[in-house]
Amino acid sequence: MSDELDEIQAIFFEECTEGLTTAEEGLSAMQAGDTSADVIAGVFRAVHSIKGGAGAFGHTDLTAFAHRFENVLDEVRAGKIVPTPGVTAVMLRAFDLLSDHVSAAMGQASRPDDAAMLVELDQVLENKGVAGEAVAPAPAAAPAPAPAPAPVAMEAPAAADADPFGFEPVAISLDDLDGAAAPDADEFGFTPVHVDIADLDAPAEAGGGPGDWIVTFGPSRAALANAGEPLLVVRELEELGGKVTAVDTDALPALRDLDPENAYFVWTLRLPGTVEESSINDCFDFVAPDSLVRVEREESAPVAEAAPAPETAAPALTLVDMPAAEGALPSPREMAREGDLDAMLGMVQAIAETNTVAPADKPKTPDRTEAVSQTIRVDLTKLDMLLNLVGELVIRNSILSDRLSAADQQKVELPELARLTRQIQDNVMSLRAQPIRQAFSRVPRMLRDLGTETGKQVVLETYGETTEVDKTVIEKIGDPLTHMIRNAVDHGLETPEERLAAGKPAEGTIKLSAEQKGARIYLRVEDDGRGINRERVRAKAVERGIIAEDANLTPEEIDQLICAPGFSTAEVISNISGRGVGMDVVRSNVEALGGRLEIASRPGKGTSFTMILPLTLAILDGMMVRIGGQRFVLPLGNVIETIQPEQGQVKHTTPETEVVDVRGQYIPIKRACDLFGLSNNGRRVEDSLVVIVESEALGQVGLMVDTIDDRREVVIKSLDQNLFPIRGLGGATILGDGSIALILDIEALATASPAHRNPVKGMAA
Amino acid sequence: MSKVILTVDDSASMRMLLKASLTAQGYKIEAADDGQHGLDRMHEVKPDLLITDINMPKMDGFELIEAVRALPEFKGTPILVLSTEFSDEKKQRARDAGATGWITKPFEAAKLGAAIRRVCP
Repeated sequence: MSDELDEIQAIFFEECTEGLTTAEEGLSAMQAGDTSADVIAGVFRAVHSIKGGAGAFGHTDLTAFAHRFENVLDEVRAGKIVPTPGVTAVMLRAFDLLSDHVSAAMGQASRPDDAAMLVELDQVLENKGVAGEAVAPAPAAAPAPAPAPAPVAMEAPAAADADPFGFEPVAISLDDLDGAAAPDADEFGFTPVHVDIADLDAPAEAGGGPGDWIVTFGPSRAALANAGEPLLVVRELEELGGKVTAVDTDALPALRDLDPENAYFVWTLRLPGTVEESSINDCFDFVAPDSLVRVEREESAPVAEAAPAPETAAPALTLVDMPAAEGALPSPREMAREGDLDAMLGMVQAIAETNTVAPADKPKTPDRTEAVSQTIRVDLTKLDMLLNLVGELVIRNSILSDRLSAADQQKVELPELARLTRQIQDNVMSLRAQPIRQAFSRVPRMLRDLGTETGKQVVLETYGETTEVDKTVIEKIGDPLTHMIRNAVDHGLETPEERLAAGKPAEGTIKLSAEQKGARIYLRVEDDGRGINRERVRAKAVERGIIAEDANLTPEEIDQLICAPGFSTAEVISNISGRGVGMDVVRSNVEALGGRLEIASRPGKGTSFTMILPLTLAILDGMMVRIGGQRFVLPLGNVIETIQPEQGQVKHTTPETEVVDVRGQYIPIKRACDLFGLSNNGRRVEDSLVVIVESEALGQVGLMVDTIDDRREVVIKSLDQNLFPIRGLGGATILGDGSIALILDIEALATASPAHRNPVKGMAA
Repeated sequence: MSKVILTVDDSASMRMLLKASLTAQGYKIEAADDGQHGLDRMHEVKPDLLITDINMPKMDGFELIEAVRALPEFKGTPILVLSTEFSDEKKQRARDAGATGWITKPFEAAKLGAAIRRVCP
């Protein structure tokens, strides 16, 4: 396949993905009871487009499946099949298979086994619904004529999983009753081919030295409608080697009676017998059905009824190699011969009137030149490169602002340059932002599969799908999200029986939501299941040696244990989530993204898992501070206020811990210098600045710092790649003067106790 | 001067495929992504031939053809319809709307060219 075709095919696959999303949204809406014409038409169109494109790129399996699916959708669209819950359920499963076929076409999966699904679709088509399901008054007035034996292919002899009652619809044609006529598929599954006896009588089979074709063509008036041009048909026949042997002009009236929009000629052509009959018939594909078209083999013996001429008797004019240029209208030359110049002029006038329109009153449409393509595809590596370059630009900008005096900065218009740089940076970031819907799109399918595997009934609710997140974040949350949902269905939700016994609806609900708060995104998976069984979790953790038997843990701490490596409480190791690699992997994935995982559980009511992630992984709005003489960056998104505590505002709770009283609220103070093993020269809290930051885990926390320098945007460079993760540090950045500053991880700082001590001495300042 | 063909299809890949195939055969291609846009572009482009898909949002192919045929300026403009299948019923519907002919998807370049030459000299 050429590069160009490859490229087009890549676009087709994108369209497939979009189409699948549309179809799934529509089907889900139908499942929820919205069976409006628009919804159904949307699903139909999506499947239809996939089929069309798939054919163009030679994906025959996908085309064939989409076609059979489309047949059912078409009947639903036409109101012949009522989209009952049963029918919609079949279509949802057909949709799943269609997705699998698309994946197979993309080379991401092997060809799915669709035999059973095809049988099911055909049964829906035949029964106009799902057998055994009460159907609202179907508009089918007359019973459908016994359908032709469905092309059930060779695989499954349409059976077994037919309907809940085990009935298998059998189409019986009256013809069958007299034995001979048309047997249905026989025991080998072969369907009979109907052969018209007349076909066998057709003269001269391909091999037997065929005689020439005699083709008669008399276009009807309708053949000239819709800009049809019979002359082009004659030309095409000539290209096949045909010669016009006769033109019957008998029907041509006198010029004064001539209707310029009617056709009067009948052509007779002779074509070599070697030409395929289908090629000849193709030429007449567009010709109106009421035209005279006859394609016959020339009989060796002239038989009366096989006369090549049309029924309008002998041709009046016989030409060989007639130029055929005049088409259906008599030529002006002929008219001139008739001497009827007035009529001819009148006709010319008439033609002129029909063919032209006053250009003045033509509505001029607003300029919409090439509004066709509103998106372009860009290789992600190019965007990454752009992002890196913008990062460098931001750094250069800070270098300039460091080196130039305020007056010089104004002179070279640095503030303007900084503003532009920021705008470019925002724009580049937005290029990479994508709605989180993409990460959500796999979920409905997954829930259906999980529901089938576990026998649990699950309803999905989603919120905040339009929340935009950096593409890298979206890519990386796929796996954790999958684990979280599997965990929720497998461990969180009860079986329908258990739910009913607990006074809950049989269907469990999984709520999936995304929300942006400041520079963070909250991605939550919530179930209304049984909640975490803390006694069992605790016992299991002791058994696994994760905690000591006498450990004193709060309920929340027990909940966290399910994220401990090697922890699994599933009594049966299911193939879904019971391998003990679930939640600890989720937590480490989330932490690798600079996020956190929160668990909240209420016994009997349900559990929620929340991933709290940064919106972007590349650039941070930071506050430059000094701690123990070192420069650090505090993420500005977390900063609430800064205070300089006065005497009496600071209280000691223990010799090592202090709180600061801010307008009546006691806020714990953390000494970062202690955590990093830096000396603060015996400085007391009262002599320091305290930056109050909001932490997810502990709410407001005060960080003791020496000084606050300024605010700036910094490009985050990972420490993990070059060093190793250090508690309390989220990364590093390069400052304007070329030196390095470390970025503080507020969460880790807030939850750190003096016991966690990282020696970070000797860091370049 | 090469003939100008306006293609109307909501699928970008289909538009590109038509363009690639027809440009190679010497035609100049303009495109629109739905029926309404196609109708707008008819005035602007005044093509020698219109090729339109049927299933499209906003205005479908049949509606587009009817709207185009209602304009005296385009009474003589040949129109081909694209679809994945053409039953006799569907052909009649296309004819009733005002289509000159049809092309079944997927199309081979040669068949596409033949269909075009059948309606557009």
